[in-house]
Amino acid sequence: MDLPISEGLLVVVKRDCETCQLVLPVLGQILDGPGLVVVSQDDPSWPPGFAPVDDTDLAISWRLQTEVTPTLYRIEDGEPVATAAGWRRSEWERVSGVADLAPDLPAHRPGCGSRLFEPDVYERIRRREAGSRLTSRRIPLGISEDPIEAMFGRGWSDGLPLVPPTEERVEAMLAGTTRDPAEVVCVMPPDLVECTVEKVAINAVMAGCRPEYLPVVLAAVEAAATDRFNIHGLAATTYFSGPVVIVNGPVARRIGMNSGINVLGPGNRANATIGRALNLVVRNVGGAVPGGIDRATLGSPGKLTFCFAEDEAGSPWESLAVERGFDGDASTVTLFAGHGPHEIVDQLSRTAESLATSFALQLRTVAHAKLAIRFDAIVVVSPEHARIFREAGWSKRRLREEVLERSTRPGGELVRGAGGVAEGLPETFAEGSVPKFSADGLWFVHAGGTAGLFSGIIAGWVNGPGGSQMTTVEVGT
Amino acid sequence: MTILLDPTAEKTPALRPLAARPSSLDGVTVALLDISKPRGDVFLDRLAELLVARGVGIRRYTKPTFAKPAPADLRRRIAEECGAVIEALAD
Repeated sequence: MDLPISEGLLVVVKRDCETCQLVLPVLGQILDGPGLVVVSQDDPSWPPGFAPVDDTDLAISWRLQTEVTPTLYRIEDGEPVATAAGWRRSEWERVSGVADLAPDLPAHRPGCGSRLFEPDVYERIRRREAGSRLTSRRIPLGISEDPIEAMFGRGWSDGLPLVPPTEERVEAMLAGTTRDPAEVVCVMPPDLVECTVEKVAINAVMAGCRPEYLPVVLAAVEAAATDRFNIHGLAATTYFSGPVVIVNGPVARRIGMNSGINVLGPGNRANATIGRALNLVVRNVGGAVPGGIDRATLGSPGKLTFCFAEDEAGSPWESLAVERGFDGDASTVTLFAGHGPHEIVDQLSRTAESLATSFALQLRTVAHAKLAIRFDAIVVVSPEHARIFREAGWSKRRLREEVLERSTRPGGELVRGAGGVAEGLPETFAEGSVPKFSADGLWFVHAGGTAGLFSGIIAGWVNGPGGSQMTTVEVGT
Repeated sequence: MTILLDPTAEKTPALRPLAARPSSLDGVTVALLDISKPRGDVFLDRLAELLVARGVGIRRYTKPTFAKPAPADLRRRIAEECGAVIEALAD
């Protein structure tokens, strides 16, 4: 909107403001000198003799983003070029160009809060005035409020500091996608809220993502909210697990993800922030909060973030995405409800048979040594271990079969009460033998540094329709 | 002035609104909350007299210390047991 003047001095006041009352003589001095237009936020009959402009609808205050009354503005060419907020003689003389303003007054006095920033007013005026395409509620912070502390105080955080999601940052984040901010990505449990691209972008900003990560975050959010993945159950469980995010395809390299040294550890921005952004969305949009819906007994550090890229270039096998039916050049996100890693230390095996047996032995204790079938697992096979299988010519399918076979135990050992342990499988499993995992319950991905004869187990939460199933979604733009 | 975009589902107001004031004290039990400032009890004793004389039911509560916010349990008890609160704040 246009200001009441295109050249000259303008002051925004409230009658209900002690400092505005105090500087009345100053206003008179400026009026008699270069001239002054008074704009009133609350009562245009005051001050008398100044014919104030009525800004009770705060349209002018919005235009100027007036934070404090009185604020003096010098307007040139329809734009404010200098401001003095509150009363400070030196500042008002600078802005107005008038010397010796009200020598009897104190040198300075703080102003009062502008009506524009009263609770809920700013949001109401913004919706009326602004042409922004972003529809999320705006939350103005107090003038001396620390944004980092404010976000902690509002319960938005996962325990670590967040990046303040200003409109600027959110717009910059949205440049990372071609999708419309108003587009609904999914209905997010547990509160079953329509989660828009905009809401994902806000949480991605807070997590510390770069705009180019946003399509990956959007795919992860989409995957999480499927009935198949069951983020609701995963968020509400007393179990350890959280969403584990595995990225395949060209996007991983393009956004600089880590698939090598310390792949499951910290240090890589994309790995760390993509996983974090997903969890913030589930928390802030979905409403899954520890102590609320989240009743995990122990949880795990991975619930903060657990995201990595598979090392496809160095792998002896097809990628996880290809195994799950996607093209080799597709970019995908695979979600797995899990936690870890649990270690497979084997520095002496040099044959595939020996190493596969080590894998099976270590996998035995996923959930409990006497439990089977109900829990899935992913083995992250390191390059040094993978080399052994490559040299033996074992395909991933062969590796899976061999490990499943080696993990198969007599049912009698696993049933409840066996070995003096009450936990275990129901009595019906007593006869025959039981593999540790179902045929589609054991996965292998290739990642990690090139030095180290270690692989890692990512153990899963309960599988099947009542639990969570591994879910892969293609990354869009 | 920093303005943030709300990352939540916006199911709760940005500011928590005050509960509506009861339009009358008929049938309402009034909590009298002493925050342990000196002579708060004197003030509340007198209020209790006046309220009881008007036929209003009262219950007395005390905060363990004025230096910290009321414990959540105390707040919950008051909310469950009463419909209004009068708090003796200053000395």
